[in-house]
Amino acid sequence: MTSTALTTPARTAADASPLTLGERIAPQIQRRGALAVLVLVVAIASATSSTFPTWSNISSILGNNAFVWLLALGMTFVIMTGGIDLSVGSMYALGGVLGAYGSTHGTWLAILLPLAVGAAWGTVQGLLVARARMAPFIVSLVGLLGLRGLLQAVTDEGATTYLVPQHSAFRSLGAGTWTPVLIVAALFALGALLLHRTGFGATLTAMGGNENAALLLGLPVARAKVLVYLLSGTLAAAAGALGGARLGSGVTTLGVGYELTAIASVVIGGTLLTGGSGSVGGTVSGVLLLAVIHNLIDHYFSQYGSAFTDTVNGAFLAVVVLMQALLSRTQQLE
Amino acid sequence: MSTNTLAWSGLTADRTRMLRLLQEYGVYAALVVLFLVAVGLDTSFVEMSNIRVQLFQLAPTLLVALGMALVIGTEGIDLSVGAVIALAASVVPLYAGYGLGGVLLAALLLGAASGAVGGAMVAFARIQPIVATLSLMIGVRGLAEIVNGNSAKAVTQSGVLALGSRTVAGIPEMAWIAAVCALLTGLLVRRTTFGRQLVAVGDNRRAGWLSGLPVRRVLITVYVISGVLAALAGVLVVGHGAEADPANQGLNMELNAITAVVVGGTPLSGGRVRVLGTVAGALFMQLITAVLTQHNVHTSYTQIVEAAIICFAVYASQERGTR
Repeated sequence: MTSTALTTPARTAADASPLTLGERIAPQIQRRGALAVLVLVVAIASATSSTFPTWSNISSILGNNAFVWLLALGMTFVIMTGGIDLSVGSMYALGGVLGAYGSTHGTWLAILLPLAVGAAWGTVQGLLVARARMAPFIVSLVGLLGLRGLLQAVTDEGATTYLVPQHSAFRSLGAGTWTPVLIVAALFALGALLLHRTGFGATLTAMGGNENAALLLGLPVARAKVLVYLLSGTLAAAAGALGGARLGSGVTTLGVGYELTAIASVVIGGTLLTGGSGSVGGTVSGVLLLAVIHNLIDHYFSQYGSAFTDTVNGAFLAVVVLMQALLSRTQQLE
Repeated sequence: MSTNTLAWSGLTADRTRMLRLLQEYGVYAALVVLFLVAVGLDTSFVEMSNIRVQLFQLAPTLLVALGMALVIGTEGIDLSVGAVIALAASVVPLYAGYGLGGVLLAALLLGAASGAVGGAMVAFARIQPIVATLSLMIGVRGLAEIVNGNSAKAVTQSGVLALGSRTVAGIPEMAWIAAVCALLTGLLVRRTTFGRQLVAVGDNRRAGWLSGLPVRRVLITVYVISGVLAALAGVLVVGHGAEADPANQGLNMELNAITAVVVGGTPLSGGRVRVLGTVAGALFMQLITAVLTQHNVHTSYTQIVEAAIICFAVYASQERGTR
């Protein structure tokens, strides 16, 4: 972080002269590129494919993926502070199992149990990062492994499957297309307000940009750090529980690699991994773009199987981060 | 903040010294204690047949961990190693006709190529290592599965199989290879200019760059070494299992390797590479898994114990009062 105070000579020279057209456009592309590409991809797909623009296809894209997008929402906050949360995939699976387990004892427990566990583990991670000053990567890696272990323990090594009772009100939370979409849209809207319209959001932006400066300004850096991991853990558990409500059971094998998709969505949405710059709106573009691209790959390249999706995913992410590095130029030799 | 830390360390000098000792020698002490506990619980643990089994499992992890230690020494991380193992596995059946030499050449070249891509993204595009190698991790495993097709393929090439099963002087050949690689890595870090440059770049990249070190070349080289070692591990894994299964081989290997390095006391903040510590860290994690499984502890608890160990190791190995 200290190196942000030192600028390279080339950069200083560029600052002195008036901005060129390229220098003015570059940040815009970096911030809104995902939205532009999304519009472009949707337009081309709608024009060339007869199945893509149908309601059944669109509702399946939205309904089946919406809850997983909540992981990217939480991840946006964590990445804004320059951190990372690798535990969300495991938390998603754990949330599903806890939700299904809770639903056998009543709808309220089905909702509260996952939220409580998610918030508790998120707080632990936040404290380890903020107070013990451990690297977020390692802390959440411990979460990734430990929560999977906990999940296995809760389900007797995957031998016990908890089913949501057939007539539980919990099921209706995940059913159809509109309920998931409305829940997720509302949470994203709240997230956008929190990040862009509150003092807490301003603190996150400030500390992600320069943590020392934020500390010297007297901002509650440690508290904000704990809160972002708490938020991420809670959202991941909630997403898992809602996903469990949709599936009607807690599936232990779910969630592997979801943290990577969430990170990819956030990065594609224009949020810088170095922290301090990003938006919830960008993440919305990121998750939608990835979902649409996966849908198209599944449709056109289904004969190559999921391996092809992985390859395209990896290549796409590489291209996006390369573009970002070229466009933002805020990353320096550190 | 800094005066606070100074006062703290002054008042508790003993505690700081204890932490430093723990940081330096903790992993060796823990390894000895764990070994004694393992033997105490069940004397059949020291039987040669059991030790051989452990070494067969240890060798690929250790190879990958050595490369990871170098990458972490430059303040980087390489998440792509598990996928590189899968990629190496996927080409083994294709080049089996050219004998062991052909297989190794193809696999290691691919590993080097993957490492070069990751290294170039880190060195030239200045993308954070975690993202650069993450995109490689996703993409390369997909590529490996495309190369191999959907199902696992049996491997019958005698050279590859021998590499994964033969023993020399009672010790698996795989373990000898890993030991030689560990020795070479140790020499590379301690006795060569490149080793010095690596540590300097990891300690302070900007200072290294300003003092004229070939920062980019060093960065690319460590990722290439990591890729090559992972590819070698991939060939060994295929040889030991007698099948190429890119969908499953090397899964979570990046986590195991990072764990071994971290438990071995190499700080994630770069500037220091502990090769012997990495060997001890890999041995320790292998041993703890073996002990827990032998005594029928569920894998769930094994996982939780491993997570707790990583957490403790990182906490103990952290530099105090530097921030």
